[in-house]
Amino acid sequence: MRPSGRIGLAILAVLAAAAVAAPWLAPVGPTDAGDVVLTRFLPPGAIDDSGIFHLFGTDRLGRDVWSRLLHGARISLLVATLATVVSVGAGVLIGGLAAVVSGRVSLILLGLTDFALALPRVVLLLLLAALWEPSAALVIVTLGLTGWMPIARLTYGESVVQLGRPYVEGSRALGGSRARIFVRHVLPNVAPSLLAATTLGLGNAISLEAGLSFLGLGVQPPTASWGTLIASGRETVVNAPWVGLVPGVALVLVVVGATLVADALERDPA
Amino acid sequence: MPAPLPPLRFGMIRAPLVVFGVVTLTFLLLHLAPGDPVVRLLGPEASALDVARIRAALGLDRPVAEQFLRWIGRAIRGDFGTSIATGRPVARMLWEAWPATVILVGLSIGLSHLLGIAVAAWQTTTRRRAVDGALSGLSGLLAALPGYWLAFVLVVVFSYALRWLPAFGAAGLDADLLEPGARLLDRLAHLALPLATLTLIGIGTTARYTQGTLRRVAAEPFLTLARAKGAGPARVLFRHHLRNGLIPVVTLLGLSLPALFSGAVFVEGVFAWPGIGSVLIQAVQARDYPVVMAATTVSALLVVLGSVAAEVLLHRVDPRARS
Repeated sequence: MRPSGRIGLAILAVLAAAAVAAPWLAPVGPTDAGDVVLTRFLPPGAIDDSGIFHLFGTDRLGRDVWSRLLHGARISLLVATLATVVSVGAGVLIGGLAAVVSGRVSLILLGLTDFALALPRVVLLLLLAALWEPSAALVIVTLGLTGWMPIARLTYGESVVQLGRPYVEGSRALGGSRARIFVRHVLPNVAPSLLAATTLGLGNAISLEAGLSFLGLGVQPPTASWGTLIASGRETVVNAPWVGLVPGVALVLVVVGATLVADALERDPA
Repeated sequence: MPAPLPPLRFGMIRAPLVVFGVVTLTFLLLHLAPGDPVVRLLGPEASALDVARIRAALGLDRPVAEQFLRWIGRAIRGDFGTSIATGRPVARMLWEAWPATVILVGLSIGLSHLLGIAVAAWQTTTRRRAVDGALSGLSGLLAALPGYWLAFVLVVVFSYALRWLPAFGAAGLDADLLEPGARLLDRLAHLALPLATLTLIGIGTTARYTQGTLRRVAAEPFLTLARAKGAGPARVLFRHHLRNGLIPVVTLLGLSLPALFSGAVFVEGVFAWPGIGSVLIQAVQARDYPVVMAATTVSALLVVLGSVAAEVLLHRVDPRARS
């Protein structure tokens, strides 16, 4: 992998490790607040009256931004990962099916994909998120259901190419069923391109998760997610801009990391 | 073996189909959603009789299919009903909102493509690797920025720290009292931050994509031929390289419209920019069903019309697409 891809991978690995280790890295709990009068809106680097060091300051309730960032990473990264799993699963299923079966079913599946691609994703997200009770599970389902189309198109395009290869004909001659040929022969050859698209989708998912939570339609406060953190930072933008700036930087890091990895995978496939 | 995936094209027949699909989907989603909208609307204090009366008044006691056909019939005549939350005609709310969205999205598409293509052209023609690398990094970073957060950063810097630009709205409170010249300046000042947010992100996406297509054309023999004929670098770039390298960008323009519109929804929300996106967010949060239906329909229409326009443009710029 080219150096830029390794940097991206390192960024993602460090952030994922930080999310896993959040309870040990965070000085206090994500919703723990000190004396609200003495500890609210402490600037980054301040030490409060009970001697706790606040690397990124505190918010309007005196909660430690660094601790909330770490715990928010768990929610945000987990939700985005699961959403990506849903969208990749659905995309591979639909795209693969369209490639393997021929005729009318295939045309219907492709038409469905083209149609879904033409929908404004955020409008759908808003609808789905607003009509049901907002929760992390809903965000996973809605992001998954609105993110499968590029994966389906990619799977279809690459699978059709693979299905024309001689080894597929060989397997068919040996009596391999269509499902077996797809899973055993086609999918492993499509996987490298899928990996690049999946990484890119992960970056998108985390950004959209935060967007939904930011609008109050995703993960609900007081649970810390990067979106709820940015949203609460927006309310205190005048006197405590760090509350919203810090989680945003983390978010951008993840998206940049995912883009770098996806680019590297695309340019020199494994 | 099915035919290879056809290029994503709308055509005049598929455009209305997509809009119809969006409308049907929205309607179904609204009716599949758990909970009675009227109970939500009136709150826990409403009596069962009140709920029943409002249901009847809104036509919600009818079968779903009948409600749907009624809605379509009225929507075709431009009647989107009355907003539950504000009591105003929905058509009027949207009629007031759409120019703001079209101005914002249209200007940002124009600006971001112009600047994004310029960045990509600079990258492909420069001999200095450091410049190429720096521009790649910059466009990658811009493309990665979530719109609502970039908006937040711009507000922190330009509205609160520097105090140069207003943080939200489309016009100042005193806009109606200003002289025409000053009023225009006030409008432009309010447009600046939302437009900058969308444009900066757009530059990143366009530059990344265009850079790839220009690089693929860079090795073509006709460029070598043009240089051998003695054409200067500017002529090679504009007459030969860009003319061929930018064709896929036109397709990208059509494909990226849904994403652009989606981005605009968040950005409109953050800046309280009075467009379709803001109307939609407020309606969704207030569960104002008639407004949600209409705003979704109009946004789908805008996206589809944009895609058709991009396809027409493609036919104009690429003689090969006409056959």
